[in-house]
Amino acid sequence: MGTTPLVALHGIRKSYGDLLVNDGVDLDVRPGEIHAILGENGAGKTTLMRVIYGLTTPDAGRIEVGGAPVSIASPRDAIAAGIGMVTQHFALVRPMTVLENVLLSSAGLGPPDTEGARRRFAEATELLGVDIDPDVRIEDLSVGEQQRVEIAKTLYQGARVLILDEPTAVLVPQDARALFDALRRLTASGLGVLFISHKLHEVAEISHRVSVLRQGRIVDTRPTGSSTPAELAELMVGRSVAAVLRDERRVGPGPSNDEAVVIAVEHVSLDGSTGKRLLDDVDLRVHRGEILAIAGVSGNGQRELADILSGMRMPSSGHVRVGRQDITGATPTQVVACGLGRIPEDRHGSVVDDLSVEENLVLEDLGQFRRGPFLDKRAIRRRAEELIARFAIKAAPTDRIGGLSGGNMQKVLLARVLAKDPRAILVAQPTRGLDVGAGEYVHQQLLARRADGAAILLISEDLDEILALADRVAVIFDGAIMGIVDAATTTRAELGLMMAGTPQQALGGAA
Amino acid sequence: MRMLLRGTAPRWLTPALVALAAVLTLALTAGPIRLGGASPGAAFTYYLVRPLTTSYTVLEVLLASTPLIFTGLAALVAFRSGYYNIGGEGQFIAGAIAVTAVTLAFPALPLVVSLPLGLVAGAVAGAAWGLIPAVLRVRRGIDEVVTTLLLNPVALLLLQGLLNGPWRNPTNQFPESAPVGAGWELPRIVGGSRLHLGYVVALVLAVLAWVVLTQTRVGLTSRAVGLAPKGAAFSGIPIRRTLLGAALASAALAGAGGAVQVLGLQHRLTAEVSTGFGYTGIVVATLAALSVPAAIAVATLLADITVGAESAARALQLPPQMGKVVTATLLLCSVGVLVFRHYTLALRGRRRGARAAGGAS
Amino acid sequence: MNLIALFAATLVTVTPLLYATIGEILCERAGVLNLGIEGTMYAGAFVGFAITAATGSIGVGLLAAVVAGALAGLLMGLLTVSLGVNQHVAGIGTTLLLIGLSEFVNRLRFGGGTLTQVPKMDLLFPGVPFLEMYALTLVAFAVVAPLTWWVLRSTGAGLRLRAVGENPEAADAAGINVSRTRYAALVVGGALMAVGGAFLTLAVLGTFTLNITNGRGWVAIALVIFARWRIGPAVLGGLLFAVIDAGQLQLAIMPAFAHVPRELLIALPYLVVIAALALAGEGLRYPGAYLKPYRRI
Repeated sequence: MGTTPLVALHGIRKSYGDLLVNDGVDLDVRPGEIHAILGENGAGKTTLMRVIYGLTTPDAGRIEVGGAPVSIASPRDAIAAGIGMVTQHFALVRPMTVLENVLLSSAGLGPPDTEGARRRFAEATELLGVDIDPDVRIEDLSVGEQQRVEIAKTLYQGARVLILDEPTAVLVPQDARALFDALRRLTASGLGVLFISHKLHEVAEISHRVSVLRQGRIVDTRPTGSSTPAELAELMVGRSVAAVLRDERRVGPGPSNDEAVVIAVEHVSLDGSTGKRLLDDVDLRVHRGEILAIAGVSGNGQRELADILSGMRMPSSGHVRVGRQDITGATPTQVVACGLGRIPEDRHGSVVDDLSVEENLVLEDLGQFRRGPFLDKRAIRRRAEELIARFAIKAAPTDRIGGLSGGNMQKVLLARVLAKDPRAILVAQPTRGLDVGAGEYVHQQLLARRADGAAILLISEDLDEILALADRVAVIFDGAIMGIVDAATTTRAELGLMMAGTPQQALGGAA
Repeated sequence: MRMLLRGTAPRWLTPALVALAAVLTLALTAGPIRLGGASPGAAFTYYLVRPLTTSYTVLEVLLASTPLIFTGLAALVAFRSGYYNIGGEGQFIAGAIAVTAVTLAFPALPLVVSLPLGLVAGAVAGAAWGLIPAVLRVRRGIDEVVTTLLLNPVALLLLQGLLNGPWRNPTNQFPESAPVGAGWELPRIVGGSRLHLGYVVALVLAVLAWVVLTQTRVGLTSRAVGLAPKGAAFSGIPIRRTLLGAALASAALAGAGGAVQVLGLQHRLTAEVSTGFGYTGIVVATLAALSVPAAIAVATLLADITVGAESAARALQLPPQMGKVVTATLLLCSVGVLVFRHYTLALRGRRRGARAAGGAS
Repeated sequence: MNLIALFAATLVTVTPLLYATIGEILCERAGVLNLGIEGTMYAGAFVGFAITAATGSIGVGLLAAVVAGALAGLLMGLLTVSLGVNQHVAGIGTTLLLIGLSEFVNRLRFGGGTLTQVPKMDLLFPGVPFLEMYALTLVAFAVVAPLTWWVLRSTGAGLRLRAVGENPEAADAAGINVSRTRYAALVVGGALMAVGGAFLTLAVLGTFTLNITNGRGWVAIALVIFARWRIGPAVLGGLLFAVIDAGQLQLAIMPAFAHVPRELLIALPYLVVIAALALAGEGLRYPGAYLKPYRRI
C-alpha cells in the first residue's frame, strides 16, 4: 500500500532492570486500518503501547508520525501528535465529571472554556455514535460507558490514531459489539486503530492486519484474512498448541449425590456499599472428584464470590459450607482448617511480596513451626526445600517472593495449598499471565487433585481452560448464576449467550 | 534526568549510599556552622570524636542515648507493623507523669519493688496514651498519624498543668515535682558517672524486642502486616489485633522510657522531661532501617552528637541547636539517598538516546 | 463574657490556622501529606521576625517569610515528589530541620538576654467593635479562602491539582506534568503556612519566642481532615477551634472557672478535634493518591 503510515515505530527496545520487554519492535498503522497486536500476557504489548503514548521511555528506537520523526517524551507530545490511548485501567478521575475529565488535557491554568469544550465533546460523541451526559460523575457510569468516555476524550483531543489495550476484557458481549461498530465508524472516517488483544476470535473479526508479539519481538505481521486462528495461536505461543483434550483425563467425575457434596454455596447474596447487589442468590454444589467452573466476563461477581469462600468477606445472606462445616463468615484460618485450599486471582495480594519464599510458604500455619516460644527456622527451611523440590519451583528459600516470575509465584501458591492435601480447592484465573509451560503444569496439578477426589471450584475467564478442565460449567452474569451446564455437551455459543446475560431457561431449544 | 528501577543492586551499594549520606550531611551543615563562626572541621570533631575520647563523656553519651533507645524502639516496633505512631513524645511524657504519681503515692519503697513498679506504671500510662488513636485506627480506620500527633501537645499541657498546680514543689515553689524518694532513684552503674541502671533496662528491652521481632511468630506476622496487609489477611493473620498489639507495645515502650528518665536522671518531674525524644525516636528508627541492633547504634550516634553539641557550645560558642540541625539533615539525606538502592539515575534524556539508536540502525 | 473581646480574640487565633490549613489542603489535594507544616510555620514566624528586625519593614519581613515557606515546600517536593521518600518521615524530618535551623539562627543573632521587639502590624479599624482586625485576617477571609476555593473548583489549575491528587496516572495520560503540579502545590502551600507563622510574630507578639507555633501545624492537619479537604468547612472548623480556644481565655478570667486549670482549657480544642475526627471518621474519603508517590514505570 502506498499510503504513509499515521504512526510508525522502528527498533523500539525497552528493558526493566534485567528483564528485556521490547526487543527491536517495528510496527506501523495506516489510515482507515485496524491493526491488531496479538500476544500472550507478558509478551510486551502494554509496554509497547506505553512507549507510543510517551508513558514509558524506550532504551532505543524511534517513532515517526505521518512520515516525520518525532520525539514523544510524554503523553502531551503524543496527544499533540494525534495519538490517543485507552488502557484497561481507564485514565479517568473518578470523583470528577465527564466534562472535567475531558477538560484535563486541554485546560490551561485559568478558568477553562467549558461551553466550547461541551460543544466539541458533543461532536466527538456524535462521531462515535454514542450519547454521553457530560455532567455525570465518572464513578456513576458503567464500565462500558466509561470506556466510551475514554474514546470520545481521545477524539476530542484530535486523535488520528487510537490505541486500545485489551478493550474487551472489561466488557460484556453487547458492549463489545457496540465497541466494534464504533471502531468501524471511526476507521471509515480515516482514523487508524492499534488493537491490542490476546483473544484470537476478536482479532480475526475486527482487524485488517495482525502483528504477533512474542517475548518482546514481533514474530510476524500479516493481513488478518491470510491466516487461520490456529496459525496465529501457534505464532503467539511459539509452538503448536495441542489444546488439552478432554479425553486426556483418565477418570470420570465422582458421584454426584448429596453425600458427595464438598463445597456448598447456598443462596449466597451480597450487597455492595452503594446498595448495588453484587451477588444475587448464588447456589452451587461441588462434589468429590469434580471440577465445577464458573465462567463469565470479569467483574460479574467472581471476585466477591471468591472472597466470601476465602474468608475475606461476609455475605449479606446465605451460607457456605465445606463438608459439614459452615464456614460463612469464618476467618481465613478457619477456612483453611476446614480443608479448603485457596489459590486466588490476585497473586501479589495473597502473599507478602517482601517476605521470602520460605516465610510465605509457612505463613498460614506458623503454629506448626514452633520450638517453645520461638519459630523453628530449621523446620521452616526443611519444609520450604521439600516443597520447592516437589513443585519444581525455580527459587531459593530465601528469595524475595515478589521478585519471582508469575509462573514460579503461582507454583509457590499451589505448593502452599496442595501440601495440605485439601479436600476442596478454590482456584481463580490459575493460568493468567503464565507462560504455556507453567500453565500446563498448573492444569496437570489440578487434574491430579481431581483424580484424587478433591472438589475444585474453578473461576476463569478463559473458555479454553474451562472446557479443558471442567466437568460442569456455571455461568455468572451480574452477580447471578445464569445456568449450569455439562462441559462435555455445551457449546461456546451457549456459554457466550449466558455470559451475555441470557438465562439458561430462556435459551430453550435455541442451544 | 529521570529515575529508573534498577535490577539487582550490587552488594557494596548500601554502604556506599550511607557514606554518601554522611558526606552530604557534613557538606550541607558546613554552611550554618561557618555562619556560627566555627570551622566545620572543629565542630564535627566536637560532635563526633571528642565525646568518645574520655571515659566520662563516653558514659554521658550512653546516658543521653537511654531515652532515645526507648523511643527508637517504640517507633521501630510500630513502623514494622505499618502503624505510624508519631505520638512517642506524648506517650513518653505520660509515662513520666504516671511514674511520678506512683512515687508521690508510695514515697518509700525498696528498689526491688520500685523499679518494676515504676516501669510498669510508665508502660501502662504510655499504652493508655496510645490507646485512643490505636482503637480509632483499628475500629474506624482513622489515620493514626494525626491523632497520635495531636495527643503530644495535650500530654505536654497535662504535664504543665500538674507542675503549675497540684504537683508544684512545696519547698521552693518551682514548677517541678518534689524529688522522688531515695528508694526510687535508679542506682548509678559506674562510679563517677551519671549513667544509671535505666541504660541496662533499655538494653535488656532492646534484646527482648530483637528476639520477639526476629525469632517469634508475632515478629513475623507483624512484619507481614506492615509489608502487605492484604496478603497477611489472606494468610489468616488477624490484622486488627496485630496492629493494636504493635501500637500498644510501641506506646508502652515510649512510656517506660519516660519513667526511666524521671527515675534515673531527673529524680523529679520537670516540664523539660522530654526534649523531643519522641520525635527523635522516629529519626532513630528510620535511620536504623527498623533494625534493633542498628537502632542502638543510631541512638548512640545521635547521643554522641547531642553531647558533642553541648561541649561545642561551650568551646566554640556554637549554639547547641546545631546538633538538632545535623540530626535532621542526616535523616533527610539518608532517606533521600537510600532511594537509590532501588533506582538508578538515567542522565541521558530520551531524545538523545533515541537519536543515538536511530543513528545506529 | 465579653462578646466583643471574644470575637476579636477568635479572629486573631483563627488567622494563622486559616493560612496553614488552606496551605495544607493544597498539598493534600495534590496527594502529598505535608507534615513539614509545623516546621514551615515555625520558620515563617522566625524569618518574618528576623528580617523585620533587620530591615525595620514588616512588608519585607512578610515577603521573606513567604520565600522561606516556598523553599520549605521545595524541600518537601524534592523529598516526596522527586525522590519518593515516605511522606511521614520526610515531613517530620523537614519539621525537625526547620525548627532546629530557626532556633540555631535565633540563638546566633538574637541570642540570650532581652527579647528583641520588632514593629507590629497595625490593626484595621482600631477600637471599632467587630471590625477591629489585622489586614492579614481580612485577606485570609476575603481573598485567600474564596480565591483558593474558586481556583480548586473552577479553574484549569485547580482541575489539574485535583486530578494529580486523585489519579496521577490519569493526569499523566492527559498530558499533565504530575511532578510540576505537586511541586507547585507544595510551594504555594508552604508559602501560605509560612504566612500563618509570620502572623504570630509580626501581628500577635511583635517578637519571636521558642515553641511559638505550639502545635498549630498539627491542628491544621487535623482541620484538613475534619473539613474533608474542602475550603468552606475548613474555614468553619478553624473558626470553631478558635472560638473554643479564645473562649477558654475568656472563661479563665471568670471567677466560676478560676479553679479550672488553664492547661486543661488550652488542651480542650485538641480533644474536640480528635473527638470530631472520631465522629467524622467513617466514610472519610481521602484523596485517591494520598501518601502515594508517582513515578512512571
